[in-house]
Amino acid sequence: MINPTTAGLILAGILFILGLISMLIRRNIIFMLVSVEIMLNAAGLAFIVAASKWGQPEGQVMFMFILAMAAAEVSVGLALILQLYHQLKTLDSDEASRMRG
Amino acid sequence: MEWMYLVPALPFLGALLLILFSGKTGKAGVIAIGCGSIGIAALITIIAGWQFLQSGIPAYDQHLWEWLRVGDFSIGMNLRLDALSLAFTFVITFVGCLIHIYSTGYMADDPDFARFFACMNLFVGSMLMLVLADNLLLMYLGWEGVGLCSYLLIGFWYKDPENGAAARKAFIVTRVGDTAMAIALFLLVQHTGTLQLSVVLERVQTLWTSGDETVVWIAFLLLGGAVGKSAQLPLQTWLPDAMAGPTPVSALIHAATMVTAGVYLIARTNIIFNLAPAAQAAVAITGAVTLLLAGCSAWVQTDIKRVLAYSTISQIGYMFLALGVGAWSAAVFHFITHAFFKALLFLGAGAVIHALHHEQDMFRMGGLRKSLPGVFLVFLIGSLSLAAIPFISSGWYSKDQIIWLAGVTERGSSWYAWAAVLGAFITAAYTTRMMVLVFFGREQTHVHHKPGPEMMIPLYILAICSTLAGFLELPHTLGHFTWLSDFLAPVLPAPAVLHADVAAEWGLQAITAGLAALAIYLTWRLINAPFPKKAGAFLRSGWGFDAAYDVLFVQPFVRVARLNRKDIVDKIYTGLAAITRTFHRMMSSTQSGILRWYVLGVVMGAVLILSVIIWRHSL
Repeated sequence: MINPTTAGLILAGILFILGLISMLIRRNIIFMLVSVEIMLNAAGLAFIVAASKWGQPEGQVMFMFILAMAAAEVSVGLALILQLYHQLKTLDSDEASRMRG
Repeated sequence: MEWMYLVPALPFLGALLLILFSGKTGKAGVIAIGCGSIGIAALITIIAGWQFLQSGIPAYDQHLWEWLRVGDFSIGMNLRLDALSLAFTFVITFVGCLIHIYSTGYMADDPDFARFFACMNLFVGSMLMLVLADNLLLMYLGWEGVGLCSYLLIGFWYKDPENGAAARKAFIVTRVGDTAMAIALFLLVQHTGTLQLSVVLERVQTLWTSGDETVVWIAFLLLGGAVGKSAQLPLQTWLPDAMAGPTPVSALIHAATMVTAGVYLIARTNIIFNLAPAAQAAVAITGAVTLLLAGCSAWVQTDIKRVLAYSTISQIGYMFLALGVGAWSAAVFHFITHAFFKALLFLGAGAVIHALHHEQDMFRMGGLRKSLPGVFLVFLIGSLSLAAIPFISSGWYSKDQIIWLAGVTERGSSWYAWAAVLGAFITAAYTTRMMVLVFFGREQTHVHHKPGPEMMIPLYILAICSTLAGFLELPHTLGHFTWLSDFLAPVLPAPAVLHADVAAEWGLQAITAGLAALAIYLTWRLINAPFPKKAGAFLRSGWGFDAAYDVLFVQPFVRVARLNRKDIVDKIYTGLAAITRTFHRMMSSTQSGILRWYVLGVVMGAVLILSVIIWRHSL
């Protein structure tokens, strides 16, 4: 029987890597935003697991922070995506490469 | 005497005002500032000199402020007025003032009127700094300041590249001497720990005995500086070319004052030279050889200003000869008379050149006796002094004293005396040649316009001075009047005369006078006689020194410079720049603008850092 803490951390790791991979291979900017959310939640899960392992409340506090931060990030990110769409008429992130060195 | 600081300060202030308001004050303003500052300085000098004579103190010190301090080595902005600096200050301000007044006429049509007076004022200020400084560093400041002004004024008409080349030549050649002088100052600081002149000269006497190696070195290096500034062998080549500047500049800087700075330096440090007999002999030999070589070159020139330039070199040779035999006050005496009569001759030549619309070739002059009688008269007086005509010319009194002392002092020798006598013969010959070519014979160029009173009045004053200045000292044969050397005695020791013999002095004077008369007669008769062409060209080029220096120094330098055109040292720095630029290109190509690459970069960085942490942990 696998240790629940280990199982929780493995799940968090799998979620994080899934988010990362989709971040790397997706070109649609909305999906990239979703991937970031997945990675954030994976990190939050890891905090919760660790908090329950040591019986400390700080992990849950940290998750609250991440939640609030994610909400702010989504609102800013969606606003940026809207602007980008108005400018470029597409959601392809590679199109927004005019600032290349 | 409390106002002494104003003497150098006023010309500096004048130069500053002229530079700041250049062209905005109008011509009258320029004249008021330019001549006024020097005129007031001359007045203050006369008043301070009078008080100095009355007070009878050996020296008056004025402490202005501390210039710099390193540890316990301190240099003050201090002025010192003693007999020697008073003599020089008087000549600089008085002759300088006359030349400034003359320049208002000579330079009247020049568009750069204000710039000319700014440079001249700056020169007078620096020169006064040089002679009034109480320490060698301040003196060096003035020394370099006059060099700078000399450069600026030789290249005054900078649109002609030849003038620029002459200015650079003067600057670079004198720089050779200045370097030697700087090393002498370093040695003095190292051994005596100070540059304060009075202290240095005191400590030198306790540190070394006569002929010690170090003091001989110091004396030789000081001589190097003096030789450069005073255009003596072997650094004399710059002075004839310096005639590219306006004629008042030649009169003030390259005849009356700046070129005698070397004489001042050696006279000022006479104690050091006294301790170094070898160096002092070198001074005498330099002077004797220079006065002969330059005299011969003056003999064959065609340009009136170049005649006077070579004659200046030759006359300063006399001063060096006097310094070399220990006749310090005789050198200063000749400096004073020479300043008057050579300034007179240069300004007279300037009046002729001005009248003939910038014609300097003597063979295109002639017959000016009738068309320019005033200039003829003053030029004649100046020439009599230069040729040392007995009794009536100031030049005779000073030159005769040098010739006499060159033979009879402890460090003199009859060789020196005969060289000086031969020099007097040559001097009389080239002076007569110049007079005859310019003022006698057939008129070749018509007089353009006559010089105005602002040019003639300074000439008349200088003519009076160059007659009267001779009576400051009279030889043994004529009553033995020694006002000047008595006055200078606290600073300059009297020459150690071995065998003063009045009969012998009469004989020497008779020989000198006879030779001068013979030279005048021969020149008068043989004025149109052909001169051997090759020898003439050789002498005209100043004994081929320019060509020799060109082969020995200039061309090797140019060749090395050409070899190193791509600059080996620079390669290191251009290489560094190239490497940086390559890295920059690499880094900037990662800025692709594609977001996913950036994410990948972040991920790879995080993985790298994590793996390093884990790896360190597992050790």
